[in-house]
Amino acid sequence: MGDNTPKRIPVPPGVTDEGARIEIVDLTKRFLTPKGVPFTAIRDVSLTVEPGQFCAIVGPTGCGKSTTLAQVSGLDKPSSGSVQVGGHIVDGITNGVSYMFQSDSLFPWKSVLQNVMIGPVLLGTPKKRAETLARDWLRRVGLTGFEDRYPHQLSGGMRKRCAMAAALINNPRILLMDEPFGALDVQTKAIMQTELLGLWEELRPSVLFITHDLDEAVALSDRVVIMTSGPGTVKDIFDIDLPRPRGDVQTLRHEQRFIELQTKIWESLRDEVTRAYERTAGVAA
Amino acid sequence: MSTLIQPHAGIGSAGKTRTGSSAPDSGSDLQSSARRARTRSIIWVWVGRAAVAVFVIGGWQLFTELKWIDPFFYGQPSQIWDSLVTLFTKGTAFGSIWDQLWVTVQEALFGFLFGSIAGVIAGILLGSNRYLSNVFSPYIKIANSIPRIVLGSIFIVAFGLGIFPKILLAGVLVFFAVFFNAFQGVREVDQGLVANVRVLGASPLQVARHVTIPSAMTWIIASLHTAFGFAIIGALVAEVLGAQKGIGLIISQSQGRFDPNTVFACMVIMAVFTLGAEYLITLLEKSVLKWRPPVRSEAQSI
Repeated sequence: MGDNTPKRIPVPPGVTDEGARIEIVDLTKRFLTPKGVPFTAIRDVSLTVEPGQFCAIVGPTGCGKSTTLAQVSGLDKPSSGSVQVGGHIVDGITNGVSYMFQSDSLFPWKSVLQNVMIGPVLLGTPKKRAETLARDWLRRVGLTGFEDRYPHQLSGGMRKRCAMAAALINNPRILLMDEPFGALDVQTKAIMQTELLGLWEELRPSVLFITHDLDEAVALSDRVVIMTSGPGTVKDIFDIDLPRPRGDVQTLRHEQRFIELQTKIWESLRDEVTRAYERTAGVAA
Repeated sequence: MSTLIQPHAGIGSAGKTRTGSSAPDSGSDLQSSARRARTRSIIWVWVGRAAVAVFVIGGWQLFTELKWIDPFFYGQPSQIWDSLVTLFTKGTAFGSIWDQLWVTVQEALFGFLFGSIAGVIAGILLGSNRYLSNVFSPYIKIANSIPRIVLGSIFIVAFGLGIFPKILLAGVLVFFAVFFNAFQGVREVDQGLVANVRVLGASPLQVARHVTIPSAMTWIIASLHTAFGFAIIGALVAEVLGAQKGIGLIISQSQGRFDPNTVFACMVIMAVFTLGAEYLITLLEKSVLKWRPPVRSEAQSI
């Protein structure tokens, strides 16, 4: 990865880019709470994401979904077990990864153009080239004409597009998304999901997508992982065999197969959600 | 009321430029009436300001004229004006007033410069490194608890009556004001943003350049306003403690001659200078922080 420009060539469907495989084996993460009591966030999580696969993780609040993502990115170190990306054990920041959070993670003091440019600039791409790339990406996400605006001057959906362009501009092998559309209204969310699918089908990075929204998980992904809470473990894994390209997410929701899959997965998830709710309600009472 | 009208006027005009000639009549009407309301409110603000000045200065003049308070101890606006004129036409016992002012300005400016640079560097270093901050925090607290004016005496004993000890005292005062803000600013950095650029492959230096420093800049610039006041205080106090030139020296000499009018005249001179510097800092603030939503800077305009 000594080379300066992000030029991983998008992988056509059907071809595997072995560097993009994520293998999580018996991953356990323990924290010390502020009082000094050890707390197990996730225990023995094992999970494989094939290269170019779109994998969603669904689970009740506090089941360690975000913790799992942090281990894959290398921002955090596992207590035991291992994470491998492309056959290499993750130690330090993983190369070729982009992150998208629920908050936009845009620089409030940088213009839209500068925000999108930051990826190539950090890799040492010359400014001119980075700017050309960024303009191209802004065109792809429909933000041409807004290059000089600051993030606070954009709507929520536009900020999301900007963050998406910033995450994808380096053509990552792996895209980690932590409830990226959680804070959007229903209509904007559907539009953003369709756009994400379009861009993903062009670039085919491996995606780990955290969400609370089962519909979203089924509509977008190839595989849905259900996690249980306290400590987080993998409960069930479902393969989603809806054909691709999936097109508009809104119309997809009414298809027979979608409803079947959604119902089946909800059966598995419901117990977990109820259990998690009872536990927090018990704490509150 | 005016603050309520202004934002609406802004939105109205922006909307108009974009939609063009869709509703020219109502649009231009709205614009011109908003502009009139704005001009009216600005005029009223200035009328109010003038009234306050007339009330305070006039009252002072009147009371001293009527001998309700003694002009010998408290000065009198007309006599302050006279001593201002004397200072600028006849000069002082130590040379022209411009010489004195230039010395004080130099001390304040250098103190401000070195103090704020040191404060920013130390604040960012300690703010981003927990080990360093743990090691140094008791010493910083101790240093901060020293009445720093006393340091002036030490500096003058150690470094003599020249310009250097004044710069040092001004710098020390500025340092702490800037340091604590820079430190806090670094601590308040959005951790999501840091995580994001680290994943994109940023080195620690790049994290500092792209995230930590710009983010702390809001805090640092806010502190520069107070810090500049401290620079002036430091320079003046050090001059009062012992100097061969400077406004502070004139103040201490006038104090010895029971001449409050010249002391007040010196205050006026320094106030004019500080207002000018304050204006420059505000310009800097506006250009560095132009990305901020307008609502916030309006609230901070005072």
